[in-house]
Amino acid sequence: MRVPLSWLADHVASVPSDVDAVADAFVRVGLEVEEIHGTPDVTGPLTVGRVAEIEELTGFKKPIRYCQVEFGPGPDGTPVRRGIVCGARNFAVGDLIVAALPGAVLPGPFPIAARKTYDHVSDGMIASAKELGLGADHSGILVLPPGSAEPGDDALPVLGLDDPVIELAITPDRGYCFAVRGIARELAASLDEDYTDPALRAEVPEEKTDSWPVRIDDPVGCPRYVARRVSGVDASAPTPWWMQRRLLAAGMRPISLTVDVTNFVMLDLGQPLHAFDATRLRGEIVVRRAAKGEKLRTLDDVERTLDPDDLVITDDSGPIALAGVMGGASTEIPESAEGTVDVVIEAAHFQPTSIARSARRHKLPSEASKRFERAVDPQLPPIAAERAARLLAEYGGGTVEPGRTDVGAAPVLPPVRMALDLPDRTAGVTYDRGVTVQRLTQVGCTVELETGADGRGVVVATPPSWRPDLDSPADLVEEVLRLEGYETIPSTLPAAPAGRGLTPAQVRTRAVSRTLAEAGFVEVEPFPFVGDAVWDALGLDAGDVRRRTVKVLNPLDADRPRLTTTLLPGLLETLVRNKARGFDDLALFQIGQVVLPHAQQVPMPDPGVTERPSDAEIAMIEAALPAQPRHAGAVLAGNREPLGWWGRGRQAGWADAIEAGRLVGAVAGVELRVTKAALAPWHPGRCAALRVGEWVVGHAGELHPKVVEALGLPPRTCAMELDLDAIPLQDRRPAPRVSPYPPVTVDVALVTADDVPAAEVASALTVGGGDLLEDVRLFDVYTGDQVGEGNRSLAFSLRFRAADRTLTNEEANAARDAAIAVAAERCGAVLR
Amino acid sequence: MTENDSDLLDPASLDAAVKAAVEAFAEAADLDALAAVKPAHLGDRAPLLLARRSLGSLPGKERADAGKRVNAARQEVQAGYDARREVLLAERDARVLVEESVDVTLPWDRRPRGARHPLTQVSEQIADVFVGMGWEVAEGPEVESSWLNFDALNFGKDHPARTMQDTFYLGDSQESGLVLRTHTSPVQVRALLERELPVYVVCPGRTFRTDELDATHTPVFHQVEGLAVDKGITMAHLKGTLDAFARAMFGSESRTRLRPSYFPFTEPSAEVDVWFPEKKGGAGWVEWGGCGMVNPNVLRACGIDPDVYSGFAFGMGLERTLQFRNGLPDMRDMVEGDVRFSCAFGV
Repeated sequence: MRVPLSWLADHVASVPSDVDAVADAFVRVGLEVEEIHGTPDVTGPLTVGRVAEIEELTGFKKPIRYCQVEFGPGPDGTPVRRGIVCGARNFAVGDLIVAALPGAVLPGPFPIAARKTYDHVSDGMIASAKELGLGADHSGILVLPPGSAEPGDDALPVLGLDDPVIELAITPDRGYCFAVRGIARELAASLDEDYTDPALRAEVPEEKTDSWPVRIDDPVGCPRYVARRVSGVDASAPTPWWMQRRLLAAGMRPISLTVDVTNFVMLDLGQPLHAFDATRLRGEIVVRRAAKGEKLRTLDDVERTLDPDDLVITDDSGPIALAGVMGGASTEIPESAEGTVDVVIEAAHFQPTSIARSARRHKLPSEASKRFERAVDPQLPPIAAERAARLLAEYGGGTVEPGRTDVGAAPVLPPVRMALDLPDRTAGVTYDRGVTVQRLTQVGCTVELETGADGRGVVVATPPSWRPDLDSPADLVEEVLRLEGYETIPSTLPAAPAGRGLTPAQVRTRAVSRTLAEAGFVEVEPFPFVGDAVWDALGLDAGDVRRRTVKVLNPLDADRPRLTTTLLPGLLETLVRNKARGFDDLALFQIGQVVLPHAQQVPMPDPGVTERPSDAEIAMIEAALPAQPRHAGAVLAGNREPLGWWGRGRQAGWADAIEAGRLVGAVAGVELRVTKAALAPWHPGRCAALRVGEWVVGHAGELHPKVVEALGLPPRTCAMELDLDAIPLQDRRPAPRVSPYPPVTVDVALVTADDVPAAEVASALTVGGGDLLEDVRLFDVYTGDQVGEGNRSLAFSLRFRAADRTLTNEEANAARDAAIAVAAERCGAVLR
Repeated sequence: MTENDSDLLDPASLDAAVKAAVEAFAEAADLDALAAVKPAHLGDRAPLLLARRSLGSLPGKERADAGKRVNAARQEVQAGYDARREVLLAERDARVLVEESVDVTLPWDRRPRGARHPLTQVSEQIADVFVGMGWEVAEGPEVESSWLNFDALNFGKDHPARTMQDTFYLGDSQESGLVLRTHTSPVQVRALLERELPVYVVCPGRTFRTDELDATHTPVFHQVEGLAVDKGITMAHLKGTLDAFARAMFGSESRTRLRPSYFPFTEPSAEVDVWFPEKKGGAGWVEWGGCGMVNPNVLRACGIDPDVYSGFAFGMGLERTLQFRNGLPDMRDMVEGDVRFSCAFGV
């Protein structure tokens, strides 16, 4: 909402001339200042001229005019003429225009000089409103209404450029601030100045008859409809310059008297109006919902198929306007009509949600719908219709016809009861006596004080008709606090009860993230959006559970309409991006939620909001949400140990991925067990399942070469992903018994078939070694002639120790033999 | 006792042994060579040691004289050895250690260095600030029910934030009731539904809105929200908490300023500006987030009596916080995952 200071001064007793002070006053009471458009910086000769001749130049990319412009009599009495080239076409011979003559500087700064262009010397520039710093209109040059100035006049005072404009962002709860009436009231309250309500200024005479037959079929969608009629309005009458200037300052383009008047009244009071051409209306106006399939050609010349939820204004011919959003073409007042027109002014009150839905459905956010969507004062229709009718009569030479249609009624707002000290208790401030009543009165409430049953004061505030948002004590509290100023609220730290610190799961997530980073992985945060193509690239079977995803109804990228079930797509994409940016040795990780839909989708309940949902409803909400476990994932490519002057480095391999997984497990409190697995997208011979006991919590290894190729990954890219939430939290781990006695270490080399997993041999040794066996460590793997084809030798170092004595070699050897025996039995291992 | 043994004790023999020893030590070029020749002159089989052993066979007076001679000779050899060792030690320190010097500026970064994303770091920092004040950290799912994301937070059924212009809807229609949470506020509702009062929680997390990615917007971003619900909570408590938070994040000179605003879930509501001493172009106010007193409708939807309890809530964007605190030029750096970006922030 843009408003010039002069307009505010119409309603506020005294407005500071310093625009920054006005802006601060707005900010203090909660109106956000988007921009301050100060007085435009214009210097030098800016002069009113009259177009005397127009020569159309052809042969250029666009039509160009070479104009002779008169600037009044010169020193010798003869008219001064200048030739000026102009690209706009919205003017005719005889029009009054504003020209910046050589030597002038327009806002920008944009200095004007005589220059040759389009084969003619342009002796100045004919300016648009925007070029003059007067609003945003740049659709053509500024044409002044006849009689508003004389050729040769200095244009500065005519234009009124010394009027700064403040642009405000209006929050959705303050619909009344979409009008000068409302923001002036806020400014007056902020400055503690007197305020005159423009709605009370207009005299609305009693009328005994209707001006046009109107019927409301949907009183919920349209509680009130007012019509007033003006006949004989000169269709070509210009809009007075003062009104044009305000429209321009407010960011609107002057169009014609009827349109300008309805816009002006809307901007001033906040009531959107619509003007019908009375001669084109057919019979009774009926407000109703659209019938299915009904059509309406709106003013923007688009034919729209209406929805049965759309509220429409109709006559005998069918829909003539989309209520509160946009008028229809069939009853439009022609923009360039000859003679006179009869106008029916509509000033109605519509239900905000209905208008919001229609505007959204038809993608038609208009000045009217913007206001109706929030809240419009339902007492305004007769007042606004009267203002508009009088202005049309005054400037268009029309006659306000007797009679006024006023169907329906303004909804009445119920009073709100609030404990008198609630503002004080909410702010933590002791306000002066009377402040609450004073502030509520200032916003327009009718306030009464009562004594409650407990003997304490109660405020009974009836909100003004333009504040339907004031419907609870908290709303009244906000009015008092913001008008008193938030800066008066002190800063006091509340005393929270003793907390329990981070939860074990939160501590664990942090530890995992830190550990991976310290192990050389870089954390990244890719988006969770994927498309089905990535599952194909990862080589997932048609029935793979990871393909079962939650769909995004309105994705930003149509190729990625799904929420990922694994962190790998994002990590691998990020890996490729880094590779493309010239990094070869990469280790990345991410910790984040993935979204796993349930096999059986449960409908989501929609509980009320006036009380706590039942436990059953809360449980249903949880059941209807997909599972969202927290995963940790990591990918590696290139060298794990970089090459350098010390050597060639070491390429990242399947073992690094498994190590990363086991590292995460260890930090999470579990020694993850590794078993062989075959799962896409991993290499079928280089994939490990990571287990807690028998439970698989993740996978790690080298990726399948097909996946590497499909995703454009570096060769032998490796990956790990595990479900952190599936790893049980280790609470209060028992302390080990640390024996002070010396160990006996024995090395054994065992020959097994080469497809027996080393982990199984190690675990057999552990079982066989009994309590004395403290540690089993594989230190060598050998294949070759000495162990025979299809076999390999695994060399283990076994460390034995007793808890209560120094172990003898005999005891250690007996335990070793027992360990080997179990390895022989379970894995066919033979001592080498 | 042989003739030879007693010959060892005569002065000429002793002199010869001393002379041989001193010469041998002098010839030793380094400490290793010196150690190699030492046994021959000071070891068990060295002439002087053999001479001493033969003293026992001499008669009294003769033995005493010979003993003095042997001791004197031995001391002379020992002193010769020590002197030579001193020289060689000094020489080693002066020469050998110099020869062994290396170029320590040769790079030895064999362990690759990792890093954590600045969003993780700032989120942990904020959690720590509040845990230090006795608050707890609450988390919730990113796919959320629209009841928790909107209804319970006093968004009317026709509130514009619910449209697909702003919110990612999931499933086959908007009626699925599933959304990607548009803020971390549903975690506040969860905290109020699940926890015993009073509640003091801070909720960091990932949130989603349908903004196209550009230098200043990202559809996936992070927030941190705080919620305190207790008896007698006032807006002054909100201000005090925000001021403490600001000091922890931006230094002891920092503080906050509240400007009236509107949010469905708070009433009164305010925008939070923070005084940022290191602001580009000089200390000044920077828009930081939103806050307010919890709307009684939100408390009611969570089964809490607003006549007994009151509360405040606030929320900030983590990207926004990093943007002005760390001078981040482009939001896309946060999401693209370029290793140079995260690495700049360390572990």
